[in-house]
Amino acid sequence: MSVEKRDPHTGYLTTGHDWNGIEELNTPVPKVIYICLGLAFAFALIYWLLMPAFPLGLTYTKGLLGVSQHSLIDADLQQAQTDQQTVTSKIATLSVDEVRADAGLMHYVRATAVPIFGDNCAACHGIDAKGGPGYPNLTDNSWLWGGDADAVLETLRVGVNDEQHDDTRVSQMLAFGRDGMLDRNALLSVVTYVQSLSKPDAGTVEAIGAGREVFAANCASCHGEKGAGSIELGAPDLTDSVWLYGGDTQSVFNTVYNGRTGVMPSWEARLSDVDRKILATYVLSLGEAGQ
Amino acid sequence: MFTRTHYKLERHTIGFAVAIIVVSAIGGLFEIAPLFTIDETVETAPDMRLYTPLELAGRNIYIREGCYACHSQMIRTLRDEVERYGPYSLAVESKYDHPMLWGSKRTGPDLARIGGKYSDAWQVAHLYNPRDVVPQSVMPAYRWLARNKLRTEDLGRHLIAQRRVGVPYTDDMIAHAEQDAKAQVDPDSDNAEGVSERYGEATHVRAFDGNPRDVTEMDALVAYLQILGRLTDAAYQNKDKGE
Repeated sequence: MSVEKRDPHTGYLTTGHDWNGIEELNTPVPKVIYICLGLAFAFALIYWLLMPAFPLGLTYTKGLLGVSQHSLIDADLQQAQTDQQTVTSKIATLSVDEVRADAGLMHYVRATAVPIFGDNCAACHGIDAKGGPGYPNLTDNSWLWGGDADAVLETLRVGVNDEQHDDTRVSQMLAFGRDGMLDRNALLSVVTYVQSLSKPDAGTVEAIGAGREVFAANCASCHGEKGAGSIELGAPDLTDSVWLYGGDTQSVFNTVYNGRTGVMPSWEARLSDVDRKILATYVLSLGEAGQ
Repeated sequence: MFTRTHYKLERHTIGFAVAIIVVSAIGGLFEIAPLFTIDETVETAPDMRLYTPLELAGRNIYIREGCYACHSQMIRTLRDEVERYGPYSLAVESKYDHPMLWGSKRTGPDLARIGGKYSDAWQVAHLYNPRDVVPQSVMPAYRWLARNKLRTEDLGRHLIAQRRVGVPYTDDMIAHAEQDAKAQVDPDSDNAEGVSERYGEATHVRAFDGNPRDVTEMDALVAYLQILGRLTDAAYQNKDKGE
């Protein structure tokens, strides 16, 4: 069978097969392939030595370089922190107002804050920070818990009604209707009164008068006698035209009937001090732009 | 010489087939077999909690609705992922996930650390209609979750199934599975204490969908989402160590 026969034209051996005079060349694998194969094996051997690679029953070779995907990413994050150090250390030491006065730093703050805001805050407050039903608008001048830098930083740190954080801000509006504290007439009159605070022609003089009494007895302890709210208690100002849950009769009725306990998560565990400061600075600068 | 051997081998069909199997099995032997013998790649997390029956039911709904098709639960060891989602996922965090839901595709964001990131009210509103809270969202609405009562009578058997594959549920947990699922959404009920006793003080006991009287599928899914990434603090301790 395997009679060695050399093809006269190419000089290579044939397979020895013969089909009606047609023969099959047995061209050898080119040398370059063998060289590459050898190099690949050599690379693999070196890599096995350097990197975590070979299983040894209950453990594995850790490699001479001593790296793992965890040590690589930790080094990567460390490097990033070092790279940003010059800017972030400045932001950390300066006050929010001083940062806002520095155009160069503000450029960095805006570039950094937009993705942080988008990943974390935009789900509730919207990508434009204008909020929605139940989620406050951050671009206006109305602040439930205070709009100075320290107050915003503290709100970001501890959250509102967030059971994950021990120091969280706590504010709960009672369910005056559902829990039977007020009857339907009292509810309706207080709704009319509350609406009349920002819109004097919201109802008849009698209804508003009756509502004022209900308000003084039930609501004034948090919202204040004049309904101007309280930043210490996180009670909204009812005299302005800003409505967190809607200002139409049905919405205000729902709020008084079922109560409200808005939750904002604490960001202390998720975002670093500097990141929260950048966010606060950014959010406060939005208010300025909106005016 | 090597070529000669191969010529000979090629002429023996059975021998050649066996040789192919042996050679290709080497890859499997070195890549797959060690996964069953090397335990040190899974971190230890003594504080690891179990899924409560309600959270497990939520996990089943997560699988049923195909959430994994668009959401991964695996933060990879890449800087951009860690900066966006939080500390990278550890193997031990999926210890009680049968089957695991790491996923391989992200149409939506990764959910490995979604627990506690948003409020219950937001999760409910978002599942009811994502565009009510995120106008640019392409996620479908899951309105029926709020309507459907959760099937609780077979939860004990789900726990038994999980125990068979290695999750350490106790007989006590299995016997009280249905009761615990109902109590977890009703913090004022007499049985609420039992949930914290069996599953730890860190367990969320609250009306996830705002209504403590009924256990809905919404309750279960939100309870599950709020626990994602919060079964153990191992990843955060790891992070502190790294810095």
